[in-house]
Amino acid sequence: MTGILEYLGRLAEGLVLHTGRMGTMLFQAFMWLFVPPFKFRNLFRQMEFVGVKSMFVVILTGSFTGMVLALQSYNALRRFGAESLVGPTVALSMTRELGPVLTGLMVTGRAGSAMATELGTMRVTEQIDALAAMAVNPIKYLVTPRLLAGVLMLPVLTVIADFVGIVGGYVIGVRVLNINPGTFIGRIMDFVKVEDIFNGLIKSVFFGLILTLVACYNGYHASGGAEGVGRATTVTVVLSSVLILVFDYFLTSIMFSS
Amino acid sequence: MIEIVDLKKSFNGKKVLDGVNLKIERGKITVIIGRSGEGKSVLLKHIIGLLKPDSGSIYLDGIDITKLDEKELNRIRRRFGMLFQGSALFDSMTVEENVAFPLVEHTDLPMEEIRAVVREKLRLVGLVGVEKMMPADLSGGMKKRVALARAIAMDPEIVLFDEPTTGLDPIMSDAIARLILDTQRNLHTTYVVITHDIPLTYKIADCVAMLHQGKIIECGTVEEIRRTSNPVVRQFLEGRAEGPIKVA
Repeated sequence: MTGILEYLGRLAEGLVLHTGRMGTMLFQAFMWLFVPPFKFRNLFRQMEFVGVKSMFVVILTGSFTGMVLALQSYNALRRFGAESLVGPTVALSMTRELGPVLTGLMVTGRAGSAMATELGTMRVTEQIDALAAMAVNPIKYLVTPRLLAGVLMLPVLTVIADFVGIVGGYVIGVRVLNINPGTFIGRIMDFVKVEDIFNGLIKSVFFGLILTLVACYNGYHASGGAEGVGRATTVTVVLSSVLILVFDYFLTSIMFSS
Repeated sequence: MIEIVDLKKSFNGKKVLDGVNLKIERGKITVIIGRSGEGKSVLLKHIIGLLKPDSGSIYLDGIDITKLDEKELNRIRRRFGMLFQGSALFDSMTVEENVAFPLVEHTDLPMEEIRAVVREKLRLVGLVGVEKMMPADLSGGMKKRVALARAIAMDPEIVLFDEPTTGLDPIMSDAIARLILDTQRNLHTTYVVITHDIPLTYKIADCVAMLHQGKIIECGTVEEIRRTSNPVVRQFLEGRAEGPIKVA
């Protein structure tokens, strides 16, 4: 019994400690945004890394998700004679839910893990100490541009995922399942509102922040050589993915409850 | 120039520094020796403010740097250069970008002038034509030299060396020792070197201090240290497994 209580106590202590330290890192990174000198080269490099280099995987997953959504919803809707609603089903699923969530998960796997590995390696090889020794604040130099890149690029990637998802749904719906193209697009226009897209993009901003913060935090505090770096990467992918799904629920319940 | 007073530091309840007292003189090479895990690197990181002590002070020209905030500390750090044990070169940058890094971050010099400074510092450490190479393509000795070039890029008043010869063969170790002596003579900088390399110590030190069980137990010139009657220091200098220091 005492063993269980001890375990739960340690779990709670760890949760409070890491949440607090992560919050402190976020606050520091935010404050450094406003402290000159501003070096945009670093930010652009991270934007390219998070955004441009994740484009291929996002396009691939987005288009196939749209395609499978069209197939599945067609099978279900056909039973009620509502095949015309395949377009809105695909579009709403993509813009509200799957666009931002899949983009968040894909970027976590590709860029978040790489960020944690890079910062973790820099930590265990004393490169982060070297930055501080050269009077360069590591949070400003390493963390702030990465968080900003995540927040700026995730909405862009989500728009792309939304678009290719709907195109994928259109191709399957119209070309394979013989839904009238006018009906497919017309019904999308009827059902999808600007706030559906906008709210999905707000979600993606949160997901961008979550995945880069978790990656930077775990990499920055990595210890114990190569094994520690590996652990930081694994924790980053698992924790970011879980947090994205948890936050997705709460953001959905807040934004779409009305 | 640097005075360390009663410096204490513990990690997870384990005392690493237990009241270190040491004076480091301007323009000299001070070598701090001691066994691995005795807290030499911890002491060095305190001197440049990378770690905060539990108690005690470090005075740099009369200013207690342990009491400074991040902004003031960064102003002080510009007077330092540091060579890390594993060189700590940024592996995403070329050699030139590594050496230029402090200049790019802290000066408004035009790129052409920065490149000229980089070339000069690399020449000083005996490297020519390596500017475009990546750190991964360099040998251990070359990495140390590039790290030294980066450490002296801003013409610091004090350079800290964390185990400069670890992992190098004896010939390269001697080359690094000469480099340390030559650059110190050229630049008249204060050097603080931590090492357990006794031949290196004898070659370069103006002053030697031994760190043992969290305290400086002996301090003096190379001759004084060689003549010491302290059995702990004698055992360490002679490299014997038997003696007052027990091998765990």
